[in-house]
Amino acid sequence: MRTVPIEWFLILSAILFGLGVVAFVFKRNVITIFMSIELMLNAVNLAFVAFARAHNQLDGLVFVFFVIVVAAAEAAVGLGIVILLARNRESLNVERMNLLKF
Amino acid sequence: MSLPFIVFFICALFAVVGAVVLILAREPIHSALALIQVMLSLAVLYLLLGAEFIAAVQVIVYAGAIMVLFVFVIMLLNMRVEERTNFSKLAYVGVVAAFALLLWTAHWLAHSPAGRVVGTGAGSAGAFDTVELSKQLFRPYLFPFEATSILILIAILGAMVLARKEE
Repeated sequence: MRTVPIEWFLILSAILFGLGVVAFVFKRNVITIFMSIELMLNAVNLAFVAFARAHNQLDGLVFVFFVIVVAAAEAAVGLGIVILLARNRESLNVERMNLLKF
Repeated sequence: MSLPFIVFFICALFAVVGAVVLILAREPIHSALALIQVMLSLAVLYLLLGAEFIAAVQVIVYAGAIMVLFVFVIMLLNMRVEERTNFSKLAYVGVVAAFALLLWTAHWLAHSPAGRVVGTGAGSAGAFDTVELSKQLFRPYLFPFEATSILILIAILGAMVLARKEE
């Protein structure tokens, strides 16, 4: 039985990361921008697992584990900030968050 | 066309379609559901690569806990259709540069000897041993593992302090 080449997983990972970058740049809502960061983290995780399989080493999987833990912590703090933003301003559009803009 | 190829193509298609829907959807809840679709198809790809533990963690932590948090906040804030505003023209330049960089990386992976991936493809050797993974996690990576517990504690405290209602 032939196996799926590792390069294909890396290409899929690159495509997903690119789509995450596009979403990050073009979305207007704070929470969807946050979701596109999660998409990019997922794409990187796929590359980690693919390389771990290619070299048959477990270190890649350990790194994926840490990325997931950090993503969970980031989601908790980030969503707290989003709730705070929604409470203090009427809109969650990033274009309207220009208080610090010179 | 053997079974691993079929599974890979179906899951890759689902993941890419989910990511595109995330970009095109106008309501945040639709984007969240599309992201859950991407995460579940990635979990199947992890199984295809033999990483059972990571696949389980992906479903439980990512698709379960983190996305539930997202959906909960979307419902709490009662978000509706995202409003459109003009964005910087610089965004287009950034996107083109990002994709050019990605294509260059793919080209490098395919042609450079340094980027040549050694070893076997997915589904060839057996699964990764979860026992071995835990040994890695609790011996060489013990200190970072313990540090993550502190990180999560700080994140919990930070989220509580941020979202608390002030008297």
